[in-house]
Amino acid sequence: MAVLVFLDHESGIIRQASRSAVTAARALGEVHALVTGDASVAEAAARIDGVAKVLRAAGAAAAHELAEPLAAVIADLAPAYTHIVAASGASGKNVLPRAAALLDVQPIPDVVSIVDADNFVRPIYAGSALATVRSSDAKKVLTVRASSFDPAPAEGGAAPIEQVTVPDGPALSAFVSIALSQSERPELESARVIVSGGRGMQNEENFKLLNPLADRLGAAIGASRAAVDAGFVPNDYQVGQTGKIVAPELYIAVGISGAIQHLAGMKDSKIIVAINKDPEAPIFQVADYGLVGDLFDILPQVEAALDKAG
Amino acid sequence: MKVLVPVKRVIDFNIKPRVKADGTGVETAGVKMSMNPFDEIAVEEAVRLKEKGIATEVVAVSVGVQQAQDTLRTAMAMGADRAILVLTDVAVEPLGVAKILRALVAKESPDLVLLGKQAIDDDMNATGQMLAGLLGWAQGTFASRIEIADGKATVTREIDGGLETLTLTLPAIVTADLRLNEPRYASLPNIMKARKKPLETIAPADLGVDVTPRLTIVSVAEPPARQQGITVESAADLVARLRNEAKVI
Repeated sequence: MAVLVFLDHESGIIRQASRSAVTAARALGEVHALVTGDASVAEAAARIDGVAKVLRAAGAAAAHELAEPLAAVIADLAPAYTHIVAASGASGKNVLPRAAALLDVQPIPDVVSIVDADNFVRPIYAGSALATVRSSDAKKVLTVRASSFDPAPAEGGAAPIEQVTVPDGPALSAFVSIALSQSERPELESARVIVSGGRGMQNEENFKLLNPLADRLGAAIGASRAAVDAGFVPNDYQVGQTGKIVAPELYIAVGISGAIQHLAGMKDSKIIVAINKDPEAPIFQVADYGLVGDLFDILPQVEAALDKAG
Repeated sequence: MKVLVPVKRVIDFNIKPRVKADGTGVETAGVKMSMNPFDEIAVEEAVRLKEKGIATEVVAVSVGVQQAQDTLRTAMAMGADRAILVLTDVAVEPLGVAKILRALVAKESPDLVLLGKQAIDDDMNATGQMLAGLLGWAQGTFASRIEIADGKATVTREIDGGLETLTLTLPAIVTADLRLNEPRYASLPNIMKARKKPLETIAPADLGVDVTPRLTIVSVAEPPARQQGITVESAADLVARLRNEAKVI
């Protein structure tokens, strides 16, 4: 039997995290991809390397990835699959547990390693511990951490596309509007370099001081929960236990103290740099390179050093 | 309108959890326990709905050990009217909790169930969605804003790329994200008053729910520790090391 992978998309573009879910699913069997939206989304899914078949839930009921119709679609398709997988982003986490409930299955969220068809490793307590769990359910429903699996190549496949119908049901929820943050920068979850700011940035105006450094490095910009709560930047910047989980090549934490819940979101980064005036800040315990000092002095110095190095 | 608010007793968010030496789990004996922070936000929102005259009654529910009574008293000190403890020593999974809550919904007939989006112990982020699925109700997860009017809830949700707004037909499930509100501290008089509020205790079996876990914990381990880093003296030194040593720029 095959594995069903729900690929979520934003404005018609399949998220890179979903391609990581394809890679994870391939370890479990042949991958069939479920998508919603325009035909172009299904066509993009069909080109992903490793996808054997695309199932497209079209029509108004499946638009906007609303949980109620989509969970019903997944429950409908489930008998043909051993595993149901999605990336653990906002959409997967919204839809898959509901589908699992319809199937009387306990879902396994945030999988970072697939041991075999029944055993999975997932972080608990904000990543303070790793639990290996064995599922006794006949069918497994899991979301996977994109940072733990390389994304499947976006090109290379030529899978057939089939239409699937959305089961009839009352329209329980309705889409009203969406407000996406506009940015020319790479997505946090797929960026090679991330520059993140914390409470130490002091205010919204100062937070923008990270822009030149991010521009220089082609980096995405992230933030700690403290910076988001204080209103320096919008919610989708948040890196941490309840925000985005990232693992870039280089993570530069500026004015971030390093609360457990923030570390949970970035401590698997390859190289971590911390810039903070408090030498006791916990962020230095996970940093490969620490620089103690006033970030407002240091940021221009780093830019100057980068310019000099060429 | 009646609001049901499930709350969970977890290790206090300020405490760093320690993995047990035998690898069977995380040490909870003698560790400070508190209400799951996301559930506090859910309680706060329910109480605010009551203060605005939208909710008429707020009922707090917890599934857990005897000491979860303390968590329910905290919810009542914040403003919940009464509480139900579903007493069990089993670490009930989201599927089991959702089944218990479905049975309680049948008894209590709330118009809204407000939950925290995830518990900070198992980080499952599933109970609200599963309850919505079992009941066939609308769901609004990761809410940063809720408005109730004309039999509908308008919910703004925190999603990967920004914010999304949905309308839900009531009755519905809403799960709270961090920025929905800032929970109040219970005042001493309210803590005293909460001691006299009704707290009913029942067993999962009374509700006809089997809470046997579907997941077996094979092992729990510390994550691999990062190698100790170094302190660099200057921005120039940092850039040189990132370039020549780490080779990431």
